[in-house]
Amino acid sequence: MIEVKSIEKSYDGKLILEGISGTFEKGRTNLIIGSSGTGKSVLLKCIVGLTQPDHGSVSYDGRDFTHAGRDLKTEIRREIGMLFQGAALFDSKSVEENVMFPLNILTEMPKDEKLDRVNFCLKRVDLENVNTKMPSELSGGMKKRVGIARAMVNNSQYLFCDEPNSGLDPQTSIKIDNLIKEITEEFNITTVVVTHDMNSVMEIGDYIMFLFEGRMLWEGNNRNIYDTDVKELEDFIFANKLMRSMRKTGS
Amino acid sequence: MESIGKFMIFLGRQFVNRESFGTYVQLTITESVKVGYDSIFIFTIVSTFMGAVTTLQTAYNLVSPLIPGYVIAQVVRDMTILELAPTIMAIVYAGKVGSNIAGELGTMRITEQIDALEVMGINATSYLVLPKIVASILMYPLLVILSAFLSIMGGYLTAVLVGVITGTDYIYGVRYEFDQFTVTYALIKSVAFALLVAAISAYKGFYTKGGALEVGQSSTSAVTNSCIAILCADYVLTKLLL
Repeated sequence: MIEVKSIEKSYDGKLILEGISGTFEKGRTNLIIGSSGTGKSVLLKCIVGLTQPDHGSVSYDGRDFTHAGRDLKTEIRREIGMLFQGAALFDSKSVEENVMFPLNILTEMPKDEKLDRVNFCLKRVDLENVNTKMPSELSGGMKKRVGIARAMVNNSQYLFCDEPNSGLDPQTSIKIDNLIKEITEEFNITTVVVTHDMNSVMEIGDYIMFLFEGRMLWEGNNRNIYDTDVKELEDFIFANKLMRSMRKTGS
Repeated sequence: MESIGKFMIFLGRQFVNRESFGTYVQLTITESVKVGYDSIFIFTIVSTFMGAVTTLQTAYNLVSPLIPGYVIAQVVRDMTILELAPTIMAIVYAGKVGSNIAGELGTMRITEQIDALEVMGINATSYLVLPKIVASILMYPLLVILSAFLSIMGGYLTAVLVGVITGTDYIYGVRYEFDQFTVTYALIKSVAFALLVAAISAYKGFYTKGGALEVGQSSTSAVTNSCIAILCADYVLTKLLL
């Protein structure tokens, strides 16, 4: 479980995040949604420690990460897996080397065991016979799946995904969403996904936090999101034609 | 001042929260191949022609019949060891290796590969930069020795082929009143320049912000700043050592 308490962050005197609080439970897919420029990615960076918040704290299963010393921070970080927007695969390494990388650096596992673990993770994300391929030889969806395999290879307890659907076609997006949800439930981990994709919201939003101009305006799940009376959230949900026509027809 | 402070913090971060020694050995070997072995070709070409041209220019300027021919070789030797091999080649080194380091780290930064390392709990500064600095310090002095040898050889070939002086005179001049300290001086300079090029370029690349355009700017800035630092360090070290 990840607890975020009163997070505030400013850049050049401009308040980007204003008193964000919330709890991301274990075993469910937690979504941070909102339009571009609302501070979703900054919040995610504060949670994973890539940015230090000005105020507030983030704790992982009761361990205060924001104010932790170097050793505790490193310990927590080694339980984190993250899928970046562009997958962030290491260009100079093959798929197998990319997925094996956390094991090489963070564990003393024998090579055979590492290889078995890599193959298991690649199979889990429906990628086989790609071990020797370089990232430049993969499609966008395959890169994302390799990114997920790398994020879970070290038995991560916390999975973060920054815009996992960006640049993907709708079918591949759904596959990636389902994969994230399945992995979350199968391994009982805490997953936080930053997205502005309404498909993701509908498919996997067990818990949803809606941000608007750096403030959290709404929280709930994919079953009660359509009943919202928050105008900004309504505008966000029904921004596309399909959603508007669905509302019109009552479906 | 802020940049200098940031640069010092960047250098200090190389030595905290590091990974296992074996990891660094492996990475340093890989980087040594990239900065050392892969630079041999350009160093060979530049050094050989540098020696050849220096020989021709020295011969052109020493027209007095009172000056013996072997002085040409002496001038080529001293110019090569004192300045051309360590300093001018450092500019070439900054152009080849410095821009490569800045470009590589800059690309890793904008594609979030550095963030990926940080999220895994790896000290990205130390993991990515320390092996490059160590490899540079190990390999550049060797490249300078190679460069000095090839430059003097280039001078010899030109002297003999063009007929500036005889081969015997050239070898006599190269050996005449040779001061071994010049080699020590060149190697001290080469270590300092290697450190400056690798550290400045890594710093510029590591803190790249933006996109492809900024990666190019980081590379350019890395080379420019490295060249300025090389020239300043050259002056200071010459003043201190000679």
